[in-house]
Amino acid sequence: MSDIALTPNAFEAHHGDHEHHHDADHKPGFFARWFMSTNHKDIGTLYLIFAITAGIIGGTISGLMRAELMHPGIQYLGYWANTLNHIRGGGDVNIDQARHLWNVLVTAHGLIMVFFMVMPAMIGGFGNWFVPLMIGAPDMAFPRMNNISFWLLIPSFTLLLASPFFGGADGGAGTGWTVYAPLSTQEAGPSVDMAILSLHLAGASSILGAINFITTIFNMRAPGMTLHKMPLFVWSVLVTAFLLLLALPVLAAAITMLLTDRNFGTTFFQADGGGDPILYQHLFWFFGHPEVYIMILPGFGMVSQIIATFSKKPVFGYLGMAYAMVAIGVVGFIVWAHHMFTTGLSVNTKMYFTAATMVIAVPTGIKIFSWIATMWGGSLTFKTPMVWALGFIFMFTVGGVTGVVLANGGVDDYMQDTYYVVAHFHYVLSLGAVFSLFAGFYYWFPKMSGRMYSEFLGHVHFWVFFIGVNVMFFPMHALGWQGMPRRIPDYTPQYEPFNHLATVGYMIMAAGMVVFFVNLIYSMFFGKKAPDNPWGEGATTLEWTLSSPPPFHQFETLPVIDGGDSHHH
Amino acid sequence: MRFIGVKTAMLAAGLMLAGASQAAAQAPAAPPPATAATPAATTAAPATAATPDAKAAPAANDPMLAVDGAPAMKIDPKIGQPTETIGLQPQVTKNGERAANFHNGPLMWMVIIISVFVLILLLVVILRFNRRANPVASKTTHNTLIEVVWTLVPVIILVVLAIPSIGLLQAQFTPPPKNAITLKATGNQWYWTYSYPDNGGFEITANILKEKDEVAAGERPRTDEDGPRLLAVDNRVVLPVGVPIRLITTSADVIHSWAIPAFWIKLDAVPGRLNETSFTIERPGIYFGQCSELCGPKHGYMPIAVEAVPLDVYNKWVVAKGGKPAGAAEPAAAPAADNAAAPAAANASAPADANAAAPADNMTAPDNAAAGNSTGQ
Repeated sequence: MSDIALTPNAFEAHHGDHEHHHDADHKPGFFARWFMSTNHKDIGTLYLIFAITAGIIGGTISGLMRAELMHPGIQYLGYWANTLNHIRGGGDVNIDQARHLWNVLVTAHGLIMVFFMVMPAMIGGFGNWFVPLMIGAPDMAFPRMNNISFWLLIPSFTLLLASPFFGGADGGAGTGWTVYAPLSTQEAGPSVDMAILSLHLAGASSILGAINFITTIFNMRAPGMTLHKMPLFVWSVLVTAFLLLLALPVLAAAITMLLTDRNFGTTFFQADGGGDPILYQHLFWFFGHPEVYIMILPGFGMVSQIIATFSKKPVFGYLGMAYAMVAIGVVGFIVWAHHMFTTGLSVNTKMYFTAATMVIAVPTGIKIFSWIATMWGGSLTFKTPMVWALGFIFMFTVGGVTGVVLANGGVDDYMQDTYYVVAHFHYVLSLGAVFSLFAGFYYWFPKMSGRMYSEFLGHVHFWVFFIGVNVMFFPMHALGWQGMPRRIPDYTPQYEPFNHLATVGYMIMAAGMVVFFVNLIYSMFFGKKAPDNPWGEGATTLEWTLSSPPPFHQFETLPVIDGGDSHHH
Repeated sequence: MRFIGVKTAMLAAGLMLAGASQAAAQAPAAPPPATAATPAATTAAPATAATPDAKAAPAANDPMLAVDGAPAMKIDPKIGQPTETIGLQPQVTKNGERAANFHNGPLMWMVIIISVFVLILLLVVILRFNRRANPVASKTTHNTLIEVVWTLVPVIILVVLAIPSIGLLQAQFTPPPKNAITLKATGNQWYWTYSYPDNGGFEITANILKEKDEVAAGERPRTDEDGPRLLAVDNRVVLPVGVPIRLITTSADVIHSWAIPAFWIKLDAVPGRLNETSFTIERPGIYFGQCSELCGPKHGYMPIAVEAVPLDVYNKWVVAKGGKPAGAAEPAAAPAADNAAAPAAANASAPADANAAAPADNMTAPDNAAAGNSTGQ
């Protein structure tokens, strides 16, 4: 079982001189290349552009929410709701319609960040770009299916973004990203239906993508690359793909029942017709809990690559790292009802889900300590991707330990639906998943664009963003301790100081994002030309053996991975 | 991180509130007694508004409320509502205290120790193993012993945490004794209705009290005596102190959630289901909470307010509301009885009525309960 790779020379690839395949490297014209693409790198780029766009929209919505929450009372909602309703062709709205807009913003922020920012960036973007490169494959197994996976997201996102503009003054899906029945079956108008169809399309896109990744990883690895030599990022995408494949159909079933309850008179979730609203929650969270690992596992993979690269050391405990992800994926399917501790579960159910949830801390701990052990004895350079990865480890730890607090069913009675939960999941997502996204983005930007980013701006981006998100989300723990509920546009005055602070944190974070975009635009056009491998001997995976950017088609002669003997010490 | 001195604060509040409620019981229409521990500037609005109607009959029947419905009990701003401090709200139930101690103790230490431990390891790695300090990287990728250690140590930590956690759940799910008083809370868009099935089944409806500039003509605006903005309601739930309460929640429309942080209670109100939990309030006082499940535009505007009073005051309130006092065997007898004599009369009445669902031994319940009999709570 010690037959593992990832020592610096393990991937001494014999991939031939593909950089000179000029005749094989003619790209199609603009329209054919970007709108009918079957190329994994181009599709990956499309996904990344899509995710950045969605991130700007979702991030702007959180800015609106933080502005409104800076002080008690309703400051801006009425104005925004009036503006929106004028666009719909209506007049001024009443106060409850303005408050409904709050729920629409909450819902949109959640759905956009989950389905249209994190997932497309991690799996569609980096997964598409680097899984084939890292396993030495010329492309994904099903290039056309890859294309439709991406293009399904466009109508999906359009449906969601358009939904607030329908349904008159009460329009917009104000159900929360969880779309709980019977609130979601009660809201009239087409908005919720549009949101449901949007989820259907995004789900179909992800299922197709998952099939593609599983097939590619199982069948198209270069000769010599056994599963146990696969880079950890590929492992992470493989596990994620299985989670997608098993979880999303359950979501599809749940929201289809929601759709028929809304439109065709079924009563799956209607108590007055013999249905049960709690059934919806079980179905939703059977999907929803694996979904949170879908959002973080590829991040684990990226951080593993980056930590190893900038420590000039192979990943410590490679097999443990790979199977920790498998364990997280498996256990992630049997803990869902910890999202439902206050719904009236029985004592035995609560005990089981408390214990099962705590178990996840074990493989997660293995990962945290293995990253630290990877760096231990290493020769660290603090390039931008590395500082993001270091920030990730600490912030994810903080979000992880508050997760252990919430795992206790008896304690969760207090915390459920308070800002403590908001703080917890933003520490693992906004500071966990997003930090890993930035780490991956800086890590692979030279490979993808062929140009170096500015290290200075990258570090400024990190520190400003790091301070901003901590000032924004750390006080939310205190708000939760004092019992402040989630999803309210207005609050009792005692909650003001920490809400004010959180909004200041948002402003700092937003300033950090300005630095990111300046860096991005500057580097795309004026950045130094990137070498094949800008990171030196620590970067051992196959993508660094290719040119930057890689040729349009790579590995037409398959690379051969040396036997993993070099690491037997 | 310092958590506020729960016990001291609660003791002070308990004494203060007990005094206040007794005074209120004697002179319901009188303005609230001044107490040193109440920093909130009183606007005096409810007292003056009450004067013209002070002789009206219903007021005398309701020991909790002044004539215009304004509460006669003083609020302790440090207990039962959020403060600007860092830490959990002070707990006034045994299970709440137990859970808070578990959170503030083992869980908080786990959070701090693990976070600081990881931070220290990261700092050590950054300082000792940077390129300048350690130009040549080692090639170590395995150490079975340490891998076993960092798998087993978390397992041990989790087991140590799981034992009190499971115990807490067990305590929270211990069924209330037979003498428990049932409160049924029904969520509606966007207010709560409460009924007291053990007290004759009367109902009250609790709506948010709007601010002065938001109320319609004739509607009573919120005053500081009612509670903080967005937390004050027109009709508080009144519950006895020291008596186990069986809470049943359900909903008339969408899912709501009935929550009082100071009780460590949060229970979803689900249409078509009856959820049940129980708690015993240990201190008199006024406790606020908010709906805790997204339920539509006014989700943030359906607060929950509980007024916990001694059992005799509670019984008077029940009678004033047309119900029968706790432990009384005859539902029909109670409303007819004179309000002042109601608890005694109910206790004395024979359990001959065929309608009496409560077992005979319940007749002594008020005394036991008032004496602090709160088994399993």
